[in-house]
Amino acid sequence: MSMFRLFKRRGSAPVARERLQILLAHERSARGKPDLLATLQEEILALVARHISVEDDNVQIKMDRGDTVSTLEIDIEIPNSKGFLVARA
Amino acid sequence: MGKVVVVTSGKGGVGKTTSTAALGTALAQSGQKAVVVDFDVGLRNLDLVMGAERRVVFDLINVIQGVAKLPQALIRDKHIDKLWLLPASQTRDKDSLTEQGVAKVIRDLRARFDWVICDSPAGIERGATLAMQFADAAIIVTNPEVSSVRDSDRIIGLLDSKTEKAEKGEQIEKHVLVTRYDARRAARGEMLTIEDVLGILSTPLLGIIPESEEILRASNLGSPITASNPSSTPARAYVAAARRLKGENVPMAISDGKRRLIDRLFGRRAA
Repeated sequence: MSMFRLFKRRGSAPVARERLQILLAHERSARGKPDLLATLQEEILALVARHISVEDDNVQIKMDRGDTVSTLEIDIEIPNSKGFLVARA
Repeated sequence: MGKVVVVTSGKGGVGKTTSTAALGTALAQSGQKAVVVDFDVGLRNLDLVMGAERRVVFDLINVIQGVAKLPQALIRDKHIDKLWLLPASQTRDKDSLTEQGVAKVIRDLRARFDWVICDSPAGIERGATLAMQFADAAIIVTNPEVSSVRDSDRIIGLLDSKTEKAEKGEQIEKHVLVTRYDARRAARGEMLTIEDVLGILSTPLLGIIPESEEILRASNLGSPITASNPSSTPARAYVAAARRLKGENVPMAISDGKRRLIDRLFGRRAA
């Protein structure tokens, strides 16, 4: 079994190469431009703030960068009259 | 007029200082007048690797601030005729480096030497950007490892946008120097290959320095590898890289990780 595994095991270098290629494609496209994440955060918060007051602490942002698709998740806690209502953008 | 070369990487610990010392020494050994300049203000080490740590009187910051004249701060190598060192300050911080001050020192060095090799600090802050600012060429020292390659890519971006040459719309000459390379591990798929690194960075190769115990020995002794053990594999790789830097066409003599039959029979290691 261990001999079989030894031969079957794929080197880790190809994984390193692929991870770098994906990462650097993103980093290069973002280079020199304003930080997309920061801009989105700023503009969305400004939009929400036009209607209600939002504490910076009540905002959570998550980003997952993939090969073809990236996701951006923004959670904003919006206070309502009775307590807090959690909104998802 | 001499040529100004910055040795940079972004990531720390990849071999910038070792490479600066070895390349500067190799250039001087080939008969060219060379100076190695330490830009790592506050964390200087080039003096130690060059074996000149006990002879430092004045430094780069003293020259910039006018406390010392440039010839007073330059330390001549004890063994190699055409080699000088300009040390960094150990007590000041990087804010003591001013753009005009660095520009003047580089201009003066360029007039006195054939080669001005600048050892950049790690990172992308002031010290690193000023070290590359006035360079004609850059050597990006890269280990075949993900974080080093990523940081090299970032540095290449800065070289193409933030240097004086880039701001004038010119191209700064760029070379990748792969250090700590283990051809056998690369052949087994355990390490990024030279092709992987060059493919990702799309920058020409200056040389391949194999992983070697000799490197530590050279820094222990305070004598650059091309001086302390010129026949060793890494020293020969640095000499070849220095010749390529001068524009000579030197083929890349890198073992592909497969040992020749004769070596295998005698149990000799590749690289």
